[in-house]
Amino acid sequence: MDHRLELRNVSKSFGEVKALQNVNFKLGNNEVVGLLGDNGAGKSTLIKIITGYYQPTSGEVYFNGQRVDHLNVPKARALGVETVYQERALAELQTLWRNIFLGRELSNPLGFLAVKKMKSETHRLMTQSMGFTSAAVTPESKVGSFSGGEKQGVAIVRALFFDAEIIVLDEPTMGLSLKETDKLLNFVRGIRAAGKSAVFIDHNVFHVYSVADRVVVIDRGQIAGEFSTKDISLDDLMEKMIRVAETGSLN
Amino acid sequence: MSTQANGITPKAVPVYKDTFSLTKFARRNGAQLGIFSVFIAMWAFFIVMAPDTFLKPQIYYAFMSTIPFFAMMAMPLTMIVIAGEMDLSFPSIMAMGMISFILIHDSTDSVALAFIGALATGMFIGWLNGVIVVKFGIPSLVATIGTQFFWRGAVLVIGQGKSGSLLYTKDSLLHPALVGKPYGNVPMQMIWLIVIAILAWVLLNRHKFGAHIYLIGDNVNSAKLMGVNTGRTRIMGFILVGLVSAFAGVVASLHVTYFWPSLGEGYLLRTLASVFLGGTSVFGGVGTIFGTFIGAFIIGAIEAATVAIGLTGFWTQLIYGLIIVLSVIMHTYLSKRVE
Ligand SMILES: Nc1ncnc2c1ncn2[C@@H]1O[C@H](COP(=O)(O)OP(=O)(O)OP(=O)(O)O)[C@@H](O)[C@H]1O
Ligand SMILES: [Mg+2]
Repeated sequence: MDHRLELRNVSKSFGEVKALQNVNFKLGNNEVVGLLGDNGAGKSTLIKIITGYYQPTSGEVYFNGQRVDHLNVPKARALGVETVYQERALAELQTLWRNIFLGRELSNPLGFLAVKKMKSETHRLMTQSMGFTSAAVTPESKVGSFSGGEKQGVAIVRALFFDAEIIVLDEPTMGLSLKETDKLLNFVRGIRAAGKSAVFIDHNVFHVYSVADRVVVIDRGQIAGEFSTKDISLDDLMEKMIRVAETGSLN
Repeated sequence: MSTQANGITPKAVPVYKDTFSLTKFARRNGAQLGIFSVFIAMWAFFIVMAPDTFLKPQIYYAFMSTIPFFAMMAMPLTMIVIAGEMDLSFPSIMAMGMISFILIHDSTDSVALAFIGALATGMFIGWLNGVIVVKFGIPSLVATIGTQFFWRGAVLVIGQGKSGSLLYTKDSLLHPALVGKPYGNVPMQMIWLIVIAILAWVLLNRHKFGAHIYLIGDNVNSAKLMGVNTGRTRIMGFILVGLVSAFAGVVASLHVTYFWPSLGEGYLLRTLASVFLGGTSVFGGVGTIFGTFIGAFIIGAIEAATVAIGLTGFWTQLIYGLIIVLSVIMHTYLSKRVE
């Protein structure tokens, strides 16, 4: 069975900076992979190659066993990749409904927007998934006026709306309350239950351990190790992370 | 498109209906109401100060005749500014379009072809502006200062600085279609302004293009992360400015049935002022067609009004300055309070 997604020998440089070096990464069907690594390790760079935002300097990207050249964001979205970016990717001066459908506006073939539909879908998502109950928040509210957690909620719900095959979450719990974090971790478990796949980045090892099937550790642009969460205890994983941080290697 | 798959239990949700309330309306349209109030206040002031002029229809026919020339261009310019860009080259595009018009008419004797050629020239120059900005990453303010000079230079070099009569257009259908008066005293250029304003509103508010224009001006990085082709959208914006500028150039020239190589030079600041007066933000992401429309009429009315009130024309610029600065302060203040 082909992997839903595979990176083969992918490297990415920004001028002198080698953000990723010969990375091999696989994401199975129905699998949640956690990415762990220090600040600047290359996690966000890796996921931005998956989402088509960066083109790799060298190496190949495969979706369902098919090599995809010149991947870009619209192509990746068409292939079923939805993303919660670390930088959230919102437009703060725009309304909530416009943010939910950013870059993927519902429209007719001529490009004219289905405004009513987008507003009512937004309202549905707001009340069902985001748990926005405040009367002050409507689909017409400007996202810039939201709290940090609410903004993060918008970015998350948006990624879930489009029925993606692969959901990429880059530090999605950043700025969320305990309750909302819990809800999010449940969402991620739900992704697997629904037969979809996810890549999950979080600095909290416990979060990653509790939702991932597999954990991939990145250090200075290279894969330092991989564990199935079934085969390793949380304590052992923590210990290994500390060792990577100190020595740059698992052994 | 269901989210159930992700572990969200669906429950009955009341259908969203955007109920109307006056406070909501005021909050959402603060900037537009603001500039509209300025407009009404100014108008009332003019009526009180110069009732003989402002209670008679003639002055309004005059406004409808002259304001559309720059108000038209202010529409696509609003889009470009919302996208966080700037275009200062449109006055030269007006003139360059007319050079094409005259050259094509000279060689084909067809006014229709000349008209199409003028519009195509405008689109080409706009496209070139866009490409310079997008592909070379040059700030559009600087790039279009350059192209503004270049195309004005081209007008002078190609036309040898000569002006020329366009009387021959009076025999064509184009003249009545662009600047005729089929509806009593309402000139066609006013009708065209309304058409362009409506099209611009639809593009900006009901089309993907407009959604992306707002998004790019708001946060270009978010736009890129979400897969918006920011380059293509901006180039399209510049093409629209080029197209409408060339159109306005033809309209303004046919209105006087004469071509001056300086065509457009008086419009630069008026057009820009209309856009900013209307509440479009220099920082991008914010702006409306309605605001620009009102802004253009304020700018257009001041000149006639200062004279009618009995002040010398010298006062015009002073009052322009005052209104512009006060309005921009008002917009900044309103945008801080609104939602
Ligand atoms: N656009 C860019 N231009 C230049 N360097 C970059 C760029 N993006 C990332 N880098 C560099 O690449 C390296 C990896 O960055 P990346 O954002 O992938 O790290 P990360 O693992 O996501 O870190 P964090 O946990 O802090 O988010 C860093 O050294 C960073 O400075
Ligand atoms: Mg990161």
